[in-house]
Amino acid sequence: MKNNSVRTNTFSWVSLPLLFFGAGVIAYRMKQGLGASTHLSDTFPWGLWISVDVLCGVALAAGAFTVAAAVYIFNLKPYRPILRPAILTGFLGYLLVIVALFIDIGRPFRIWHPLILWNPNSVMFEVAWCVILYSTVLAMEFAPIVLERFGLKRLLRILDAVTIPLVIAGVILSTLHQSSLGSLYLIVPSKLHPLWYSRMVPLFFFVSALAGGLCVLIIEGTVSQRVFHHHVDIHVLRGLARAAVVVLILYGAMKISDLMFRGGLSRLAMDREGIFFGMEIMIGIVLPLLLYALPGIRETRQGLFAFACLGVTGLILNRINVSLIGMAGSSGTSYFPSWMEFAITATLILAGVALFRWAARSLPVFEKQA
Amino acid sequence: MKAMALLLDHTRCIGCRGCQVACKQWNGLPAEKTRFFGDQGYQNPKDLTDRTWTLITYHEIMTNGTLRWVFAKRQCMHCKTPSCVSACPVGAMYKTPEGPVLYDNNKCMGCRYCMLACPFQIPKFEWSKALPEIRKCTLCHDRIVNGMKPCCAAACPTGAIHFGEREEMIRTAERRIGKSPGRYDARIYGKEEVGGTSVLHLSPVPFEEVGFRTDLGNTPPSFYTERMMRLVPGVVIGLTLFLGGAYLFSRRIEKVRAMEEENKERHDEK
Repeated sequence: MKNNSVRTNTFSWVSLPLLFFGAGVIAYRMKQGLGASTHLSDTFPWGLWISVDVLCGVALAAGAFTVAAAVYIFNLKPYRPILRPAILTGFLGYLLVIVALFIDIGRPFRIWHPLILWNPNSVMFEVAWCVILYSTVLAMEFAPIVLERFGLKRLLRILDAVTIPLVIAGVILSTLHQSSLGSLYLIVPSKLHPLWYSRMVPLFFFVSALAGGLCVLIIEGTVSQRVFHHHVDIHVLRGLARAAVVVLILYGAMKISDLMFRGGLSRLAMDREGIFFGMEIMIGIVLPLLLYALPGIRETRQGLFAFACLGVTGLILNRINVSLIGMAGSSGTSYFPSWMEFAITATLILAGVALFRWAARSLPVFEKQA
Repeated sequence: MKAMALLLDHTRCIGCRGCQVACKQWNGLPAEKTRFFGDQGYQNPKDLTDRTWTLITYHEIMTNGTLRWVFAKRQCMHCKTPSCVSACPVGAMYKTPEGPVLYDNNKCMGCRYCMLACPFQIPKFEWSKALPEIRKCTLCHDRIVNGMKPCCAAACPTGAIHFGEREEMIRTAERRIGKSPGRYDARIYGKEEVGGTSVLHLSPVPFEEVGFRTDLGNTPPSFYTERMMRLVPGVVIGLTLFLGGAYLFSRRIEKVRAMEEENKERHDEK
């Protein structure tokens, strides 16, 4: 126990000053504008924040709806112990995505505009509504954990009664949200490099988020064992990995056949785009599948952890490739994020980790094992 | 009013930049800090910005062993099916029946998806401001609804900028190309590109040589996104049915299993 409190203190002492510094950078961005704080430009209007904080953030939060569907819709009981941490991750992930959007858009205090100003033709309109609605669903899925902590039985019963419709709504909204982030890029056939521009991009975003979300759950299960002493049965981790493998095989097959069908294979060269595309496929699909074929990997916690880390890295690489690397060539400019962009992204990730730790310690996130 | 258009005949442009100045004056746009030879020869400034809505680009081009100046005018193309209008989540971008694509600064939340979506990289952002807006050419909508030409067309001393009904402008362009084919590239840029635009260009040299993209195709980019948007209701209904069915099915399995176990227990008791 003593060891634990020492670790808590170290984390707080390191993270608190960093979070304060990050808050200062965010304040600077709000006061001075995007030109002063970022390297964004008229030719490269979307940068690190959209790429990592939003696209990766949403994709990595996909574990929440997957586990919710597994437990409540398909009645897969073994996954119940990881349901609450998954919901917590999803909820915090979406909160941070909203914060990132707030920081990124030019008129932060108009972030609510899509509620009353509608353009149903716009993919961004769909994205906005998915963020709003799914965040609400996640909050309602997360609420029982808080209500339980404070013993509010009546409210708990009400939420309990709507669990199934809530989970179904969550799966639908996630499907729409994950795919619509890909659909955003359907409008740039002349800007996105042909290695990534495809009519299938919405489907790719959805399927890769499924695999990535599962990998995040494996990582979480491994780490929470160490940090929070929450035992996750290895069978659960193996089940997650098996599901991720099936999805990755499907995803890989779709990616390659799509590329062949579009004649995109000929665009694969030893240029920057070709190298990044190769890295995405190798690190995110080929390598984890090869590793999984080894018994020493798929039977051990460390092996599954490595598998999951590769899967997540591949997902992040894909989102960076679509939004930054693939968009660079046609823009005529080179974009590299400013230190303030990096600082704010790092701050949001650190805030996510800190909030997760805090919630995991003060709320019954890991207790309900039944 | 019928759909109007600008016809920009680059063969008649002498690079005086009178249109650039007129645009700044009419729209009250501040000056930029500029310098000669910053980019291509005498071109000034380098790019369109939030305060430069039209720009004459300068090109030194070799034809038949001789070097010549070729000028081209850059501005919003005012597409017939504008990507920015389709992309804007809050409807801040809109197409007017007269042709211009306009922007409502009260709706915009600064997501910059219009900038990403525009195949011509036209919408510009006020990066230096804390509360920025999108700025771009309006085709002088305020002037044309009052029967005036856009101010760039009014300012042009050589007749390189012509304004009128779009159909009429296309006929004029075709007539000019037909009369002296050696003088023009055969393409009327904007007649078909991305579904057609309300700004048409004629060039003495192939358009790629003056920095125009000729690989954009004739399909409006918004076709691809709007096609996807139409799938949304189907996805919602299909998933609701599937997930609802799956839930009922797995609950049924659970019940049957419980019943079987009960029967077994009763059987064992006997």
